[in-house]
Amino acid sequence: MNLSGISPVLLLASLMVASTPILLAALGELVAERSGVLNLGVEGMMITGAITGFAVAVATGSPWIGFVGAAAGGAALSLLFAVLVLWLRSNQVATGLALTLFGIGLAALVGQAYVGVRAPVFARLDLPVLGDLPILGPILFRHDAVVYLGLGLVAGVWWFLHRTRAGLRLRAVGENHDAAHALGYKVQLIRLGAVLFGGALAGLGGAYLSLVRVPQWTQGVTAGAGWIALAIVVFASWRPWRLLLGAWLFGGISVLQLNLQAARVPIPVEVLSMAPYVVTILVLVLISSGRGRAALAAPGSLGQPFHAAR
Amino acid sequence: MITRRNLMTTGAAGATLATLGLPLRAQEEPLKVGFIYVGPIGDGGWTYQHDQGRLAVEAEFGDRVETLYQESVPEGADAERAITQMVLAGCKLIFTTSFGFMDATVAVAEKFPDVKFEHATGYKRLDNLATYDARFYEGRAVIGTIAGRMTKTNKIGYIASYPIPEVIQGINSAFIHARKVNPDVEMVVIWAYTWFDPAKEADAAQAMIEQGVDVIMQHTDSTAPQAAAQAAGNVFTFGQASDMAEFKPVPRIASIIDNWAPYYIKRVQAVLDGTWTSTHTWGGIGDGEVVIGEITEAVPDEVRAEAEALRDAIAAGEYHPFTGPLNKQDGTPWLAEGQVATDEELVSMNFYVEGMQGQIPS
Repeated sequence: MNLSGISPVLLLASLMVASTPILLAALGELVAERSGVLNLGVEGMMITGAITGFAVAVATGSPWIGFVGAAAGGAALSLLFAVLVLWLRSNQVATGLALTLFGIGLAALVGQAYVGVRAPVFARLDLPVLGDLPILGPILFRHDAVVYLGLGLVAGVWWFLHRTRAGLRLRAVGENHDAAHALGYKVQLIRLGAVLFGGALAGLGGAYLSLVRVPQWTQGVTAGAGWIALAIVVFASWRPWRLLLGAWLFGGISVLQLNLQAARVPIPVEVLSMAPYVVTILVLVLISSGRGRAALAAPGSLGQPFHAAR
Repeated sequence: MITRRNLMTTGAAGATLATLGLPLRAQEEPLKVGFIYVGPIGDGGWTYQHDQGRLAVEAEFGDRVETLYQESVPEGADAERAITQMVLAGCKLIFTTSFGFMDATVAVAEKFPDVKFEHATGYKRLDNLATYDARFYEGRAVIGTIAGRMTKTNKIGYIASYPIPEVIQGINSAFIHARKVNPDVEMVVIWAYTWFDPAKEADAAQAMIEQGVDVIMQHTDSTAPQAAAQAAGNVFTFGQASDMAEFKPVPRIASIIDNWAPYYIKRVQAVLDGTWTSTHTWGGIGDGEVVIGEITEAVPDEVRAEAEALRDAIAAGEYHPFTGPLNKQDGTPWLAEGQVATDEELVSMNFYVEGMQGQIPS
């Protein structure tokens, strides 16, 4: 076994990049689920964001405006979901699945004009001084701005959920919507906001794929990343910092398996490919058994429709 | 694209005609030709080229044919449904354009003996099921030569899809010819287990680049590895299946183009003439099925001349990319001096040649 070809520094650097799309999408879903709405349409919102972001970036020549467009696209699709689920009280699981199928088809339709088109280049931030640090420089300080945006959002969401009054209300709505309603909180509006935030972040995650990581529009560009994002939320037991860990784990293992192959480490490809999922199952078993049971703690009203008259 | 509505109306019309015993008149009814694609037609690679072939058929025959296609059909059980749907839509000739559609095509062909089927890159034939393939390994020999000359790190990357003979032929052919011009070359293979997953292909290219690979070949269908190489700089790539000209002159320094149009036109003509029979066609550079795209100015003149000479020798039939002496990876003799691999050996190839490192996943 020869591991000398793999540079740990470069591996960790590409882990940061590979985990960014799933981190963004998962963070949005975490907020939505904390408010009690289970949106399985992450994949659909991601790919919608991927194409709207790409189209806007091509039209304006600015990847930044593209990312804004992606957030708007993802949020627009989640608005559809919110209307169906919150006001028409359709089943959240079925509606979310339908949203994924709809989003994939819609993106393919819109994307037909963008096949083979080149996106404007999204410059990497080469931070002076910090970027020149040995080891830490390439790992932490030579990425594009969206990587840092993702990390900043993790901190921001944690602060919002656990340190602000509005965050407390959002969690209250997710834990017990009847009690929150009795206290006079606007359950539906809070949930609407959370779902829109989730859609916008999923859109950003998708656009990161089509504008930075791949970077071009191809049908099916997200290739299941939305489902991984959903798994990470559960893996993280609805906590922002654990979510970051989960995203790094998934991103890291997928990058690692390609690197191990390139270094000809004789581990079967299939084992490496399923490793992130096996780890998720193991973590779920561990944290949901015995003493860790309380740590799993899904929001109490997750997935349940709310009706004020009941 | 077949919509459910027009499928039902044409299917119903066909059923009505059949029950009334009316003959379908070939002169007035256009011949319906169906295409089953494994990826989206906008993949810029494999499926795109098949669709170019379909468009060439439409341009050639005009009103005498009508073509239908379905994109992104998964390899597996659902393929059988998609092919059956094509038959019910009235197609009399159906091309299924990926190896993984083989068993599904066989199953549907057995049910509809009046419909003619053509399966790409497979080996199972019936009276109404022909197969066709292209000798991609001939193109691999040419770009392998260029890769061997262009690499500075002596590490050539190969993003492989699935461990099937077609892919293994390509790896071996590229490796043999890279080694021939550069004995220090080694080949780094990553099995992506997909034909099309842009993010994964980009990550695979990235992993290779980080480990010192400076020339990347791919047997997957998206242009994502080209973009990754471009971002890295100083890394060369080759267009795969399609020219991928948007990445000229670097990183893409040459390409292997699949040109299905002549074959598709010939086979549609045969059905129109009533002379279609079940055959196996395996065309290469000499038949125009495999085309080497423009070798860009990033390649030195003497390397270009060397590659073009090899291409012309293969086209003329003077040289076969698998000519002995060649040993298998474990050192057992395979081809003796001057001996040439038979087609049977090639279509069942499941081993690396001597000098390759790593193992083919089972």
